[in-house]
Amino acid sequence: MEHYTMNLTLKVWRQQNGNTPGRFETYQVKNISSEMSFLEMIDVLNEEMIREGKDPIAFDHDCREGICGMCSMYIDGRPHGPWQQNTVCQLHMRAYKDGDTIVIEPWRANAFPVIKDLMVDRSSFDRIIQAGGFISVNTGSPVDANAIPVEKNMADAAFAAAACIGCGACVAACKNSSAMLFLSAKVTHLALLPQGHPERRTRAMNMVAQMDKEGFGACTNTGACEAVCPKGISIENIARLNREYLMAGLTSE
Amino acid sequence: MKWSEMFTSSVGKKVVMALTGIFLILFLIVHVGLNACIWANDGGKMFNAGAHFMGSNIVPRILEIGLFAGFILHIVQGLMLEFQNRSRRKQGYSVAMGNKGSKWYSRSMGILGTLILLFLVVHISDFWLPNRANQGFLLGEEIDLYVKMREVFQTEWVVVLYLVGCISLAWHLLHGFQSAFRTFGVSNKKYLSLINTLGIAFSIIVPLAFALMPLSFYFGWIK
Repeated sequence: MEHYTMNLTLKVWRQQNGNTPGRFETYQVKNISSEMSFLEMIDVLNEEMIREGKDPIAFDHDCREGICGMCSMYIDGRPHGPWQQNTVCQLHMRAYKDGDTIVIEPWRANAFPVIKDLMVDRSSFDRIIQAGGFISVNTGSPVDANAIPVEKNMADAAFAAAACIGCGACVAACKNSSAMLFLSAKVTHLALLPQGHPERRTRAMNMVAQMDKEGFGACTNTGACEAVCPKGISIENIARLNREYLMAGLTSE
Repeated sequence: MKWSEMFTSSVGKKVVMALTGIFLILFLIVHVGLNACIWANDGGKMFNAGAHFMGSNIVPRILEIGLFAGFILHIVQGLMLEFQNRSRRKQGYSVAMGNKGSKWYSRSMGILGTLILLFLVVHISDFWLPNRANQGFLLGEEIDLYVKMREVFQTEWVVVLYLVGCISLAWHLLHGFQSAFRTFGVSNKKYLSLINTLGIAFSIIVPLAFALMPLSFYFGWIK
């Protein structure tokens, strides 16, 4: 693709901290290369602002190769921007043309309070994982990898669910701010494997209870989460989580 | 986990919606089947025989209480969930996601349900209430419901209102039917595609049959 440069208008959500109200600020960025990533474009703007002595835009990022789940921008009405199965860091400026206006907002959900500007606190996800997203094993020498047979199909399905990077786009996209796609990916990848089997009942119950405690909404199966998931986690996992939860509820004491 | 914990969690509340939803779908089948007897075109003989059984026999009358309970649970729980879910995002987005990823009717179950509820109030006061009042709310003498139908469906705006009710029901079912099964935990692709197809067929056929009833009387297709 031909290289080109562009001038853009950015409308960015600026918020000092969780206690002060935020507002949109408009910025002009010039000579942006079509080969830059979206975050590099923000870097350019931030460096310019630092030179001018202004407060740069705070945003989350880490690996910048689409696997860590840190970047979290809601761009023009879609988490992670216009591309399918993509994270913001892997969104490139060739998606835009000269003169475009881009609106950038943070994830919005009560369970993801804004820390500053485009950064939100996603530790509610960590607490959900702590509630049951693990298997308990004895320490000691590792068990032989082939000691427990796993069917290939199951291993593949579990791996597809385990691809979830916990970025929170599902919550950001959901009209109910529900974390069910995240939760279902975590429950599925353990429930499909024999190692996850012993604790599957308590896992489903405890993780759902923690999700409710954190203030996420309930799932209404609209499918918006699946459409924006950078890792293509399927909404069928939510049905599996429902089944796990129901079985746990019906068979527990 | 206690029953109370199970049915008050976010997943449990959806299970209640799905259970009552499927129950109400079953009711729709009975209702549409019985009402279809008007098309026997026998001056309402067959229809009134069916209606008489439903109104004067103790068994359907006891089931009727269950039906009302099902309706109330579905309505109250549905509205509560809608408000709770909306409150989970205090600060909204300035650019809405809209139809990027979800269908408008799947996001509008609350408003569609409210339209159906408004229709239901009018519908109950058109037929059920005058009939039961005539029976003294026990097992007394019923009114001629076929004559009543013909009478009610002579007014233009009532017919329009019933059509709005049927259209709302169709969209509500289009999402609700398959969503209920997902809530029950059906995740197998082969079942989901079957349920999707069934759901689409049900959402078209049943509301269409209901919509044809006021139209049949209004345009005089049946005597």
